[in-house]
Amino acid sequence: MNPYIALLISFALCAIVAGIMCGASWLLGPKVENKAKSEIFETGNPPLGSIRGIRFPVKFYLTAILFVVFDIEVVFMYPWAVVFRRLGWMGLGEMAVFVAVLAVGLAYVWRVGALEWD
Amino acid sequence: MQQFADYLLDEGILAGLPKSLGYALVIAFFAFVLLNFIMLVAGVTSWLERRVWARIQSRVGPNRVGPQGAIQWLADGIKNIMKEDIVPTAADKPLFKAAPYLAMIGFFGAWACVPFGDGLIIADLNVGVLYITAVTGLVVVGILMAGWSSNNKWALLGGMRSAAQIVSYEIPAAIAVNAVIVLTGTLSMQGIIRAQGWAPWNWFLFDNPFTFVAFFIFFVALLAEGNRTPFDLPEAESELVAGAFTEYSGLRSLLFFLVEWGNLYIIGALCTSLFLGGWQTPHFTDNGFVLGLVQFVVFFLKSYFLVFVAMWIRATLPRVRVDQLMSLCWKYLVPISFVNLLGAMLWVVAFPHGFLPARLGMFLFGIMVTIYFLMRVAFHLRRARPEMSWNPIA
Repeated sequence: MNPYIALLISFALCAIVAGIMCGASWLLGPKVENKAKSEIFETGNPPLGSIRGIRFPVKFYLTAILFVVFDIEVVFMYPWAVVFRRLGWMGLGEMAVFVAVLAVGLAYVWRVGALEWD
Repeated sequence: MQQFADYLLDEGILAGLPKSLGYALVIAFFAFVLLNFIMLVAGVTSWLERRVWARIQSRVGPNRVGPQGAIQWLADGIKNIMKEDIVPTAADKPLFKAAPYLAMIGFFGAWACVPFGDGLIIADLNVGVLYITAVTGLVVVGILMAGWSSNNKWALLGGMRSAAQIVSYEIPAAIAVNAVIVLTGTLSMQGIIRAQGWAPWNWFLFDNPFTFVAFFIFFVALLAEGNRTPFDLPEAESELVAGAFTEYSGLRSLLFFLVEWGNLYIIGALCTSLFLGGWQTPHFTDNGFVLGLVQFVVFFLKSYFLVFVAMWIRATLPRVRVDQLMSLCWKYLVPISFVNLLGAMLWVVAFPHGFLPARLGMFLFGIMVTIYFLMRVAFHLRRARPEMSWNPIA
C-alpha cells in the first residue's frame, strides 16, 4: 500500500468534511444582508482605503529571503544526516565545512544588520 | 492498520472487493475516525486550557455547561455552526473562503503522520519528519491568505507577522531534529520511535547532552510555530484585534481555532515521538489489541503532558515583542542549534553505539532538575498560601 495514496485520501476527506461543516453552517445560519455588517472591521471607524496599494515594511521580505536560504541548507542536511553513520569522520568533516560556510553567512547577515528588526 | 485491512479483505465485510479499493476504503475510514478524534481532542483542549488558566490565575473559568463545564466546547461548536458566515464586500471572496480549508488540510496532513501506536498510523512515510515540516507550511499559506484576502489592516499585519514568525522558527526546529536523525539514520516517524526504548534512559531526550538541548530548542521553536504565547504575536488581542482572523466569523473562524488547538497536540506528539520514546511500552502481553491500546494511552498521556506544559507556559509568561521574537530566533536559537548539531555529530562518531554512563547521567540530571523544580514549586505554594485563601467558588 503506497502511503502517499493514503495521504491523498486523507487530504480529500479533510476538505470534504470541512466543506460539509461550512455547508451545514450555510444552511443553519441566518443570512441577513447589511451594509454596516459587511464592512471591513477597523475598530469601529469607517474603513479608510484599501490594503491593496499599501507599502509594507521591507523587513518581512528580508526575513522571507533569509528563510529560503537557510531552509534550503537545512533540507540539504537531512539526507546527509540519514547516511551519517556510514560516512563516519569523513562526513563529519564535510558537514563541518558546510556548517562553517553557513555560519560565515549568518555572521555576515548579522553584521550588516539584516537581523535587526527595528 | 495494514493487518486490519488484510483481515477485512480476506474474511471480513470487504471480502470480494478489489484489493486497492478495499485499502482505500479502510484508509478513508481510519482518516475519518482520526478527523473525529482531532475534533474531540481540539475541543476538549480548548475547554481544559481555559480551566487550567483559570486555576492558575485564581479565576473560575467555564463551569456551566455540563459537569465542570466539560461540554462547553460542544456548545461553542454548535453555536458557531448556527452563526452567520459573513464575507466582507471588500474582501477577495474566493481566497477568503478557501483559506480555512488550506489551513485545515495542512494541519490534518501532519496528523496523518503521527504514530499513535505500533502500526496505528495513517501513512508511515519514509520521509516522515521532513514531510511534517513541509506540510505544516500549508498552515502558513492559509493564514497569509486569510490575512491578505480580508482587506483589513489588522488582518494583513497579523498574517505577515505570522508568516515571518513561522518561517523563522522552522529553521531551528528543522536543525534540532537533525540531532535525532544522525542517531537513527531514518526519517520515518515509526523508525525513530522503534530506535528508542520504553525506559526513560532509552529515550533520545537523555541519549546525550546534545539531544537534551535539541529537545528544548525544538519545543520552543514548535511553540512559536504554533503561534502560542509567549509567541502569539500574529493574534495579539491587545494589538491586532484578532490578527489574520479578524474578519472571520462563524464556522470559518472555528476552523482556524480548530487548527490552532489541534496544532497544540501536534507539538506534543512530535516532541513525544522524536524525544520521549513515543508509544514504546514493555512487551508485557501477546494480546495485540491490549498492547495497542496501552501504547495508544501511553503516547496520548505523554503528548498531553506536553500540551499541559504549553498551557502552563501560556498562563504564566507575558507576550514578547516582535524584535525580541526575531532576535531570539536568529541570534540565539539558530547559532545554538548549529553548534548543537556539530556536537551531536561528534558524539555519534565518537560513540557509534551510544554511551551508557552518559545516558544514565543525563537521566539522573533530568530527575534532579525535576525534583529541584518541584521543590521550588512547593516552596512558592507554601509561601503564597495566605494570598490564595480567597476562594472564587465560595
